[in-house]
Formats: sequence, structure tokens, C-alpha cells
Amino acid sequence: MSNLLIIGIVLILGAVGFLLGRQRALAAAGGDARNLHSLPKYYGANVGLNAIVPAFGVLIVWLLAQPLLVNANVSGMLDEGASAGARNLLMADVRRVADGLDTAVSQGALTAEGAANLGTDTDNVREILADVGVALGSEVTAQTLSAAQRYRAMSATGNIWKTIIVIAASLAGLALAFMVTKPSFRARNIVETGVLAVLIFAASIAIMTTVGIVLSLVFNTIEFFRLYAASEFFFGLRWNPSFSGRGGGSELGIIPLLWGTLYISLVALIVAVPLGLFAAIYLSEYASKGVRAFAKPLLEVLAGIPTIVYGLFALLTVGPLLVEVFGEGGFLGVSWMAGGTAVMTAGLVMGIMLIPFVSSLSDDIINAVPQSLRDGSYGLGATKSETVKQVVLPAALPGIVGAILLAASRAIGETMIVVLGAGAAARLSLNPFDAMTTVTAKIVSQLTGDSDFASPEALVAFALGITLFVITLALNVFALYIVRKYREQYD
Amino acid sequence: MTDATVTPPMRAKGKSLMADDARTQKRNAAERRFKAYGIIAILVGLSFLVFLATSILRNGIPAFTQTVVQVEFTLTQEEFDAAEGTLLKTSAYTDVFVSKLTEQVSAQGLDVEVDGKAVERLLGKVGGDLREFYKENPDQIGQPAQFQLAAASRVERYLQGKLTRDMVVDGRFLEKTDLDIVDALVDAGIITSAFDWNFITGTDTGVDNPGGAGIGASVIGSFFMMLVVLFLSLPIGVAASIYLEEFAPKNRFTDLIEVNISNLAAVPSIVFGILGLAVFIQFAHLPQSAPLVGGLVLTLMTLPTIVISTRASLKAVPPSIRDAALGVGASKMQSVFHHVLPLAMPGILTGTIIGLAQALGETAPLLLIGMVGFVAREYPDGLASGLLDPNSAMPAQIYTWAARSDEAFFEKAWGGIIVLLLFLMTMNIIAIILRRRFERRW
Repeated sequence: MSNLLIIGIVLILGAVGFLLGRQRALAAAGGDARNLHSLPKYYGANVGLNAIVPAFGVLIVWLLAQPLLVNANVSGMLDEGASAGARNLLMADVRRVADGLDTAVSQGALTAEGAANLGTDTDNVREILADVGVALGSEVTAQTLSAAQRYRAMSATGNIWKTIIVIAASLAGLALAFMVTKPSFRARNIVETGVLAVLIFAASIAIMTTVGIVLSLVFNTIEFFRLYAASEFFFGLRWNPSFSGRGGGSELGIIPLLWGTLYISLVALIVAVPLGLFAAIYLSEYASKGVRAFAKPLLEVLAGIPTIVYGLFALLTVGPLLVEVFGEGGFLGVSWMAGGTAVMTAGLVMGIMLIPFVSSLSDDIINAVPQSLRDGSYGLGATKSETVKQVVLPAALPGIVGAILLAASRAIGETMIVVLGAGAAARLSLNPFDAMTTVTAKIVSQLTGDSDFASPEALVAFALGITLFVITLALNVFALYIVRKYREQYD
Repeated sequence: MTDATVTPPMRAKGKSLMADDARTQKRNAAERRFKAYGIIAILVGLSFLVFLATSILRNGIPAFTQTVVQVEFTLTQEEFDAAEGTLLKTSAYTDVFVSKLTEQVSAQGLDVEVDGKAVERLLGKVGGDLREFYKENPDQIGQPAQFQLAAASRVERYLQGKLTRDMVVDGRFLEKTDLDIVDALVDAGIITSAFDWNFITGTDTGVDNPGGAGIGASVIGSFFMMLVVLFLSLPIGVAASIYLEEFAPKNRFTDLIEVNISNLAAVPSIVFGILGLAVFIQFAHLPQSAPLVGGLVLTLMTLPTIVISTRASLKAVPPSIRDAALGVGASKMQSVFHHVLPLAMPGILTGTIIGLAQALGETAPLLLIGMVGFVAREYPDGLASGLLDPNSAMPAQIYTWAARSDEAFFEKAWGGIIVLLLFLMTMNIIAIILRRRFERRW
């Protein structure tokens, strides 16, 4: 029975439980709800939840455990000598054949017994499966086929037991909760505890996400460092992955990528920080209400535009424009720039993107500086700009530094602009008009496409990812720390 | 205490108090300069916005129009029979088409030579299209019919001025003499431009046919992803916020959750892509390129946004509401679900729409879970296939087009951006209206 159907049955049982529980409570109270401890619907909900929640728990555990057990059992049938990677590939084949047989049975090309009794010497399995639309990469070996048949048999048995046990759990929950339903039963408290548990679970998804990120990065990175020396990764000066697939020959040093990332972020900050900061100062200290109401939302539109738009803008508009100025035969008569994709292109566009980020954060912080400080300064005869420079900015400095750090973390983690605007060549150069590449761009290029996760060329992306994660996390934590510390001064 | 004996520096004799001295002038100049820097910064920022907008519109608008050749055409029964009788049926149709076209052109008093080869270069295989039309609609034989035939992408680019006469190298695709025909046809009003519905409703094409590529299928892909995001992140986000805002005791565990949420809001989106790849595809074996997986990843990304805005709107509900509910005997849970939550709902919905808009434009995580690199040729035919079959999403489709080497796809990418931004604008406007309409100040 399919999982969807099982879920449906359990939900129906829950609904039935709700009606039964409510009715029993009302009947026990002689039809007068005032004799009950809780409202009748709580008795119903209690029975319904008891029918649904444990059953779903069992289902989830079963769904997680069954593939693991079946895999462990079936992969025991495969080559003993094969390495872990080869065995994974074999298991993928087995699963594909098993799925193909399922499709064949469901389409009527094979009978259920026919699929179980197929043999490589008598039938051409690949052809049978191709007929029902399942394409296999190679001929099916006897070993794979028998493993696939075992896989199917075990899965089928597992599925029958799963159906029985889940529905039994649901019925048991229903019956138990139904039995305890009587007027003095504190149904509301029970149901509310259950709801609270759901709320806590929802809140802890944030923790689970972080744990998921860390685990998925760490495990794959460890796998990577088994295949490739960590010291060469962290200190290697060359990035040159081989595309031949298996085997060595790849140079995977992170230094050129980090250099590109930092260089582009630096250019972006050089554009964004002065513009954003001056815009924030003008908007909070000088601008009239009308100007502020008009300019602030318009500037913030820049932050709401998706990064793919900026990427395309960099690739197709800003890049060619810069080449016309700095390229060969350009306005300046210098030939610094060979192609449209360069550090300058990506940095400039990223800077534009970050302007509202810097300006609105700084705006908030400048506004948080108490008016009394400004009044004191005016009282001593300072002009507005002197007040800003000598009183407001020093007071707001920690917050502004925090804002700039947050912007830097944004810049380092930005992907689409650099994928489209910065180029693909990893290079250690000082010329801002050279094409360079970044950590994020290489994560994309190493993981896009049909990589299996066994080669160092694919796994390196996880090591790059964890580096990126750690850098941005450190910047964020540091920035928030500075901002918080500053805020306490005036509270 | 000593007397203040220091006398302040006196103004030089003979100078008016009304005239600023040199130092004051300097200070006032600095003041004006400082103010000017601020104005310049804002103007630069706004001019970037204008520049961005104009370059999107200028490059993207052409994607919505299509150069078509409009021909009035009457195929008689005899011509139909004659064409069906020949061996090369489609070329017979082409010949008929050429003669009709020549007729129309010369009726307008223009003198150009049109032959079958040139028509094929300009319009593609016309004969086949015509034959198909008359085979499917035999009742149209003998009736005048209007045909709008899409011109080749090179013709389109010539008319847009992107391809000049000097750049044309005579060959299989286009010859210089063809451009004379094009000019004549434009003068005759036979070549016009029409709105390209195929771009809105169509699916992606292979690399060889930029003209026929449309964004429709990926809009549907995005729609299914947003469906997943909405149905997961709204309940989870609201539940998490209710717990943190209304029930959570101040302890280590809730502190941990708070720190996690604020950090997740700042984790680069590509890292969420890695998470999706490792957890949903590598570990859970969900299908690659499926909108379901994309939706799950975007849900995790959107959660912090929704939690932060939901908490703000829960906080905005005054405590007196809660106290009143508790006072008439409601339980804490009832006071939250019956009173606080409904009052906070407009704010929550606004935050959710803004979160969805962010998720709609997100590209980087989709690259990692495989929503690029293949051709989204088909519409899904139901909920299950919409969620599980490989599809693209709007930003991923735009990236795919931008990454292709044929420049004709760039126009499609800009056009796709206009469609994407229209969706985002609509969502944001709805959010603003919701806020204006329902926001309550206590």
C-alpha cells in the first residue's frame, strides 16, 4: 500500500476518533457540556490526535529504517572486495533495476511472479525495461539482477508489515484514548500540551537546519580530506581541477579563490560603503520628510531586486561598458581589460546591490543616537556637518562597523553576480580588470552537472562550502556582537 | 577661583558683524560640501536604479514581440490537389507560397525577386507549415486565410539594428540580397511585429531555436515551488514564532533557537543549496530538479524571514488583549489562538508575502539541486508531476538562457527578468496594500 494511502487512512481514523471522542464525552455527561471538565471538542481532539500522532511517528521511523536495513542486507550480496564508492554505484544500479521491475509490473509488461523469476541467462532484462521506458546504462549482470529481486522482495514484505503496524498503532491509539474519555478527564490540558509540543518542534527546526548544514558539510568535507590533503587545499596556490573524471592530477588550492572572493568584496565595499554611508547621513540628518519618504523606499528597491538580475546586468551591460572604457581601443586608450567579466564588473555591480544594505542599517543606527548629543553639539556652536563628523559618527561607529561587516558577509556569500560577472579563471593577480573567480562560483561549477559524490573534484565543493560558512558565520557573529554591545550604551 | 582674565579674540576693527569672517566662510563651505556629498550619494544610488531599469526594459521589451510575415493567402482546390500530387509536396507548397507572396509584393508596386530558397532562409520551412495547416483544416481550402509566420532570428536582429548589412556573410543562413527582400517587405507592411504569446506561455527550446523559447513552463515550476514554500513555511514559521514569543521560558534552549534563527537569516543562500543537495538528494533520494526539493530548500531559507516578521507582529498586539482573554477564563493557548493570532494575522501575511517574493527570486540554491542545465520542454500535467517531475524555475531559466552562447537567448533572459520582476512587484504591492488596509495601531 502506498504511503499516501496509509496517511489517508490514518487521517480518516483521526477524524472518526474526533467524532467518537466528542460523542462519548457528551454522552457521559448526559448531553450537557457543563458537566465536562473541558469543551467537548477537546475530548474529540484528544482521541483524534492519539489516533494520528503515534501512527505517524511509527511511519516516519519505519520509512527511515527500512531502506537502511534493506540496503545493508542487499549490499552484502554484492562483491565483497569492492570499495565503498564502487559498492555505492552498484547499489544505485540495483535500485534502478528494482524500480524498473516495479514499473514493468505496474504497466503489465511483466507479471509479479515473472519479475521475481527473471534470469539473465533466459531474459534480456535491459530490453524488457527499455520497453517500459526505463533506460539502463549497461547490461544487467546476474548478481545485480538477483540483488534487485531480493531488494524488491524485502521491500514488499517490509511494506506489508509497515501498513499493518501503522494502522494497528492508529487503532490502538484511538481505542486507548476513547476508553479514558469521561467527564472528569482533563482533555484540554492534554491537547494543549500536545499543541505546545508541536510549537516547540516547529521552533527547533531552526536548530535542525543548522545541524543539517553543519553535518552535511562536515561529513563530505572529511570524505574530501581523505582523498586530498588538507594542507594542499588550504595552502595551495593553484586551482586547476582536472576534468577527466577519475584519478589525480587536480590541483585544488583554495588561495586563488579566496583572493578572488576578497578582492571582489573589497571593490564592492569601496563602492557601497561611501555611497551608503553618505546616503544614510543625508537621509537621517538633512533630508526633509518628503525627500526621505521618496528616496528611502526607492533606494531599498535596489535590495529587493533578485541577484540573478544583477548578474545579468553585470554580464551584459556593465561588463561591455567597462570594456569600452578600459579595454583595447576604449575611451581611455588603455588596454587593461580583455573581456567583460572581471573583478571590477562583479565588484561594481555587487557594490550597487549593497548600497541599500549599508544605508538602511546605518540609518537605523544613526537615528538611534540620542538627540541630546546633537543638541549639545549645536549648543556649542558646531555646524551640522561638524556635529555629524565629530559627535554622531563617533557615537554610531560601532554600529556602522557592524553594518559594514554584515555587508561584507553578504558580499562574500553572494553567488549569482560572480557566477555571471566575474569569470571562471582562478587567478592570483592584482589587476582589478582581470577575470577571477570566487569560492561561491566554484561551488556552483563543481556541483552542477551529473557528478557522483565520490571524486575529489565534486567533494571539494563541500570543503569550499564549509570555509564559506565559517567565514560568513564568524563575520555575522562578530558584527552582531558589536552592534549589541553598542546598543546597550543608550538603553 | 581666578578671574577670567583671558579676553576672547576680538573682531578686527572696521569689519561688520554681518559679514562672515574667513573661518566662518570656510566652515560654511565645508557644511555645503558635506551636504552635497550626501545628495550626490543618493543621486548616484538612484541613477544606478534608473540605469538598471532602463537597461532591463530596453533589452527585455523586444523579447515580447516577434517579427512576423503577414500573408493573405487563398489556396484553391486545384492548387491543393496539384501540390498533393507532386513528389516533393512541401516544396510545392513553398512554390505556391512564393508566387502568392510575389503577387502581393508586386501589387504594392515593389520590385524584388523572391525565390523559394530566400523564403526558406527568411522564414524557415514554410511549405511544411502550410501543408500541415491545410491538412488539418481542409475546409479552409478556397477560403482566404491570414498567416502570421515567424521570421528567422537573424531577420529579427537585422530589423533591430543589431545585425548590419556589412556583417552578413553570404551563406546557408542569410544572403545580402535577402535583406533587400526584407526591406521591401517592411515597406509593403508585410513584415510587422506582433506580440509574442509563445514567450509567455511556451516552454524552453534547445540551444538551436532561440526564437521559440518561452518562459511558461518555468513559471509553473516556480509556482509549484512557491506552493511548497507557502504550505510549509507559513505554518512552521507561525508555530515557531508563537512558541518563542508567547510560551518560551528564558533558558538555554530558547536562546539557542534565537541565535540559530538570526544566524540562518545571514547564511549565504548557496550554503542552503549544499544542504538541499546533501540532505534531500544525496541522503533522502528525492528526485533531482524537482520543484518539491526546490521548495523544501527555499522553505528553510524563508523561515527566518517569516519568523522575524511574525514575532514583530505578535509583539505589536498589546498585552491588554491577552490579559482580557485570561481574565474571562481562557487558557493561555486559547488566548493566543483565539485573540492574539487573528489580530496579528495581517502583519504575518505581509511578512509571508515578502518572504515568498524573496524566495521567488532566489537562484543560487536551485543551481545546486539541478534546476538548470536541462531543457524544460513540458508542462506538468497534475499536482504530483508538478511537484516531482524535473522542471525549471523562473530565475533558473533566466540563468540557463544567460549561460548559453547564442546571443539571441540574452534577449529572452532580459524578457524573463521583466516577467520575474512583474511577479515580484505584484507580490510587494499586495503586501503594501495589506499593510495599509489592515494594520492596526494600538
